Amino acid sequence: MSRGGNPLVELTLWRIREFLREPEALFWVFAFPIVLAFALGLAFGSRPPQSVRIAVERTGQFEPLFSALDSASGLRAVLLDPAAAERELRTGRVALVVVPGEPAVLRFDSTRQESYLARLLVYDALQRAAGRRDVREIRESKVRERGARYIDFLLPGLLGMNIMGTGMWGIGFAIVKTRNQKLLKRLLASPMRKSQYLFSHILARMFFLTLEVVSLLLFGYWVFDVPVRGSAWDIALVVVLGAMTFAGLGLLVASRAQTIEGVSGLMNVVMVPMWICSGVFFAYSNFPDAMQPFIKLLPLTALNDALRAVIIEGMGVAAIGWPLGLMVLWGVACFGVALRVFRWL
Amino acid sequence: MSGFGAERAVPGAVATAILCRGLTKRYGDVVAVDGLDLEVRVGECFGLLGPNGAGKTTTVEILQGLVPADAGAVTILGMTWERDAAELRQRLGSQLQETKLADKLTVRETLKLFRSFYRRGRSVEEVMEMVGLSEKRDTWVVKLSGGQRQRLAVGCALVCEPEILFLDEPTTGLDPQSRRQLWGVIAEFRQRGGTVLLTTHYMEEAERLCDRVAVMDRGRIIALGAPRELVASLGAEHVVEFGLADGGRLDEGDLRRLPGVVNVRTADGKTYLTVRRVHETVPALMQLLAVSGAALSELTTHHATLEDVFLSLTGRHLRDE
Ligand SMILES: Nc1ncnc2c1ncn2[C@@H]1O[C@H](COP(=O)(O)OP(=O)(O)OP(=O)(O)O)[C@@H](O)[C@H]1O
Ligand SMILES: [Mg+2]
Repeated sequence: MSRGGNPLVELTLWRIREFLREPEALFWVFAFPIVLAFALGLAFGSRPPQSVRIAVERTGQFEPLFSALDSASGLRAVLLDPAAAERELRTGRVALVVVPGEPAVLRFDSTRQESYLARLLVYDALQRAAGRRDVREIRESKVRERGARYIDFLLPGLLGMNIMGTGMWGIGFAIVKTRNQKLLKRLLASPMRKSQYLFSHILARMFFLTLEVVSLLLFGYWVFDVPVRGSAWDIALVVVLGAMTFAGLGLLVASRAQTIEGVSGLMNVVMVPMWICSGVFFAYSNFPDAMQPFIKLLPLTALNDALRAVIIEGMGVAAIGWPLGLMVLWGVACFGVALRVFRWL
Repeated sequence: MSGFGAERAVPGAVATAILCRGLTKRYGDVVAVDGLDLEVRVGECFGLLGPNGAGKTTTVEILQGLVPADAGAVTILGMTWERDAAELRQRLGSQLQETKLADKLTVRETLKLFRSFYRRGRSVEEVMEMVGLSEKRDTWVVKLSGGQRQRLAVGCALVCEPEILFLDEPTTGLDPQSRRQLWGVIAEFRQRGGTVLLTTHYMEEAERLCDRVAVMDRGRIIALGAPRELVASLGAEHVVEFGLADGGRLDEGDLRRLPGVVNVRTADGKTYLTVRRVHETVPALMQLLAVSGAALSELTTHHATLEDVFLSLTGRHLRDE
């Protein structure tokens, strides 16, 4: 005669062990979001605007023109023969071609934004070189605020995406696998409580959630100086609520599927639209107005909005009642339906 | 822990571990179980023997309350699934034919997990000892051999010190050595007074382990009794099995008139004579062959087994080999 362990603890340990012993899964959950944040953070990091490349034709009195333009800030001028200049303009390697003469002629494609910028800069530089004086004083004050850069937008989005992905995969995949290998049936033959089995999935999720959220936020803070303005409690509340919502969605998707292939297809159908529409990589305000009401109802949109509000803007949970309420609604609906239709065999 | 079965069951109940009446289960047009009656006594090892698709798994899973029956009544240890499911689950041990245990848990972790579901039972150490996996305690399930995995599955069924052990083809696909190891585990469980319901399509296994067997075919029981009785019901103890080179034919009447022949049956191009004494029949058979000018392609003799019982009842083999 012996005492057995606590079933909830053992079931949760099972989940955690299975996950920790799967190196690939660890990569996708922990390393991938960090790699993605790093790559995108570098690629779209804040850099001073690049100078615009323009060409000066080697005809007539080109030297004074060329030196005036090349020394102007924001412009980089090259000297080219007319044929070569024409070719570079056509292929977009220079934004504009200056033909010396009286008057000087600017050749450019008026549909290119870069050419427009070049035109303004060249105009200004040529007029100044010819002795124009400013008639009104204008002062500039430069701002570069933390919280307004791309990485600040991206990081909460990646966090939301990760919470969705790991919640749905972590729970959905594990359940379908267990059902598929008839282990769920074997568990049912034992006195295991069904509620404890499902709850162990949630507990294991909370364990990994803590790790994945903290690691990504710390990474953002150390490497890109992404601010974490909200209180730890508010962030924790949003994160846990988001995780529960997607745990419910994962459970729903996995509630009847018999094969891994089947559940993978369903997962993609559910998740891909949200990756695109819910403002992970770019703001969802870019989508047409007609789509906005639908986008705003998606659970990942709610989670991303809530995360940005607490992490970057430092709002309290009181200010984000709508997204939080929406997540609760999704969560309750998903769990409710999932538990009703769930098949154990 | 002592006192299996009746002593702990409902007072006044007979020593019947499993009782079912008129069990029926249909899958579309297929009648998997067709009005099955079954009684397994406490302390007995009962075998369900039958070919693929006979309905063994379906029967066993209905008895374990995993699959709902379309009709029929099941009583286990004097209790029913409708009323006493939670109590029954505490007292039954189960190994399912198709279950694969979690790949990346170790032997010990797997047993510990299953042990935690039960109020009382054996220690994990003890179970590992029983199924001979103590040395593999920290090995992942995925790295175990087929035989070791099967013994672990039986171990998971034993952690609760069950009163009834359900084993669905526990040794299918195992090599003879692994099979004998598992037989040892089952024998030990029986010595402690446990009841076993086992399915198999190995005659040898049924003959060796089971007190009684039910031969199943197409959802029905076509023969029931102790293996010895069933073999004895053939009326003779030996089987002469022969095939003829192409073109040859022997008259069945001639064969029946050979000395010592009790029964004649043909299946898959071979002829099976159930005989009392091989040494009387075989010389006479040779003579008959010489007279009718037929040539043998093969000739073997063996002790009659449950396989021959099945063949004589259905005209088919138990296993398609
Ligand atoms: N879930 C199911 N859906 C449809 N048909 C099923 C299902 N389970 C079993 N059957 C059918 O019921 C019949 C009995 O199947 P069962 O698994 O009980 O046979 P068995 O005796 O265990 O065979 P085996 O020796 O191959 O394990 C078969 O014809 C099978 O095709
Ligand atoms: Mg079967």
